[in-house]
Amino acid sequence: MTDTIPTLLLFPLWVLLAAFIFCILSWQRVKVQAAIAVVAGFLYLAAAASLFMEVNQNGIQVIQIGNWPAPFGITLVADLLASGMVLISAVIAFAIILYSIQDISAARKKKGFYPVLLVMMFGVCGSFLTGDIFNLYVWFEVMLVASFVLIVLGNSKKQLEGAVKYVTLSFISSGFLLTGSAILYKLTGTLNMADLSVAIAQHPNPELITVSAVFFLTGFGIKAALFPFFSWLPASYPTPPISVVGLMAGLLTKVGVYALIRFFTLLYTHDLPTTHSVLLVLAGLTMFFGVLGAIAQRNFKKILSFHIVSQIGYMIMGLALFTPLAIAGSIFYIIHHILVKTNLFLISGIVKITNGHYALSKLGGVYDRFPFVTVLFAISAFSLAGIPPLSGFWGKFILAKAGLESGAYVIVAVSLLVGLLTLFSMSKIWVSVFWSAGPATKSNPPQYDSPTLFRRYYCLLLASVFLTLCTLGISFYPDFLISFSEQAAEQLLNPQEYINAVLNP
Amino acid sequence: MNLIIPLIIGVLFSASLFLMFQKSFFKLIIGVILFGYATTFFLFTVGGVTKNAPPLLSEAKAAVDQLADPLPQALTLTAIVISIGVQLFVIVLLKKVYEEVGTEDLDELNTTDKIK
Repeated sequence: MTDTIPTLLLFPLWVLLAAFIFCILSWQRVKVQAAIAVVAGFLYLAAAASLFMEVNQNGIQVIQIGNWPAPFGITLVADLLASGMVLISAVIAFAIILYSIQDISAARKKKGFYPVLLVMMFGVCGSFLTGDIFNLYVWFEVMLVASFVLIVLGNSKKQLEGAVKYVTLSFISSGFLLTGSAILYKLTGTLNMADLSVAIAQHPNPELITVSAVFFLTGFGIKAALFPFFSWLPASYPTPPISVVGLMAGLLTKVGVYALIRFFTLLYTHDLPTTHSVLLVLAGLTMFFGVLGAIAQRNFKKILSFHIVSQIGYMIMGLALFTPLAIAGSIFYIIHHILVKTNLFLISGIVKITNGHYALSKLGGVYDRFPFVTVLFAISAFSLAGIPPLSGFWGKFILAKAGLESGAYVIVAVSLLVGLLTLFSMSKIWVSVFWSAGPATKSNPPQYDSPTLFRRYYCLLLASVFLTLCTLGISFYPDFLISFSEQAAEQLLNPQEYINAVLNP
Repeated sequence: MNLIIPLIIGVLFSASLFLMFQKSFFKLIIGVILFGYATTFFLFTVGGVTKNAPPLLSEAKAAVDQLADPLPQALTLTAIVISIGVQLFVIVLLKKVYEEVGTEDLDELNTTDKIK
């Protein structure tokens, strides 16, 4: 039994690393690389699912790399939240790999799209599983450097411009993480998260610990696109091809949110009134300004990008309220959001194929010509806006309930208002892209009718249908995800289990 | 010695942020490089800066508290490698942007922010 546990924990990482190496070995042979990526995507999904079931059945899984005892070596830990995030990242990666087969141009594939994508997933998966703050920094860098390459791959003018902003801000955020880790190490003498949790609780000088919390809040805040730091996101995310945008929009900011949840439940619970009220204010501002940005935009991809910012606010709101129900709401919201947001971007790519544009003013008539695409969009869009019985409603409902229970009426009011404004900006897309006849029919005659679209771009539709089915699954059977979120929240709020699993195996 | 190092780190941080706020690509590159130095130098000093202590411990182990903590130094090496990689990426990226967009002014990189 003890032999099988570490294998399961390492298996997702092994799959991605091996697939990356195979892809490098078949450099320039695009079809081979695509086949490797599809197989790897499937195996990664299987590995993540088996890890998830293992954690659900047998509790937290821990492996000490190199067999160094806990506070000294690097630890990989999979608790419920981490394994759930790995599973959802595998779902997204699988859909994106499927989508990219027909979405990414041959020139981009030749420049190494698949290997870079696999490295990025490797970094994402590692960030979820690590139990060591410096190791987390290294995984973040693996993920970020790969995402830099993905964002500029193809070298179009817009991509390069967006990348300047993205790369510079990401570099600064990494610097903040490194500085924060240095301060924390100086104060406590350890880098292991479980050990840090113990050391911080006993630290004689909690004000200094709060100083390091500010560094991590800034560092992860830039990555998660929190309120004052989100300007890079709408500038850079809409620029690369849809497969890349979908993956980044779905996953990368959420890795930042995951790290914030991990740090502000496991480590920084020494001074809740200070740290978590700052988080609450930031959450409210993030929601509000994100959705205002979305309302001002008139481009399909940019509206969706600003929505990411506003939705990040909901996730941080749950973390800031810091009750079991609120954190469960956050976790539910993250998983719902990853599915829905990625799917919306994938659909915007399909709409682009039908009309050749992303600008709302030049789009139109999709409802008449592609009713199936319209249905896919409607499910995701209304789920994002929080219309019952779709998954966004459950997420918002849990968060609002938790907010009311802990008496945070202002943030609940803001979140409901933002939900309304989200619906407003979604209906802007709905009206001009799907319902209106649009100028496209006159100046730019439709390139495809519905059957041709299905025949030529079946991979794109398959990926989108796959994600839509997942969304519908958690919409109509939310019990499973809600009880999972509650258990995960329970585990986060009682870190003793995590600490025991790591330090006293 | 004890005062000089924090001062250097402070100057590096402030100079790098000042340079990054400028418009020129070149100043951005220098700012990014200095920022990398500042963070790695800070990480390095966390382990303590000592001199004249033997690199190997004797049996007596009397000198442990005179030695610097080696762990931050190991972390610093990792951080240097990573930040050099990112700095190189930034340099190549900005060169490519200069070729593609034909400007050296960061304020002109605003096509992705326009509402249209």
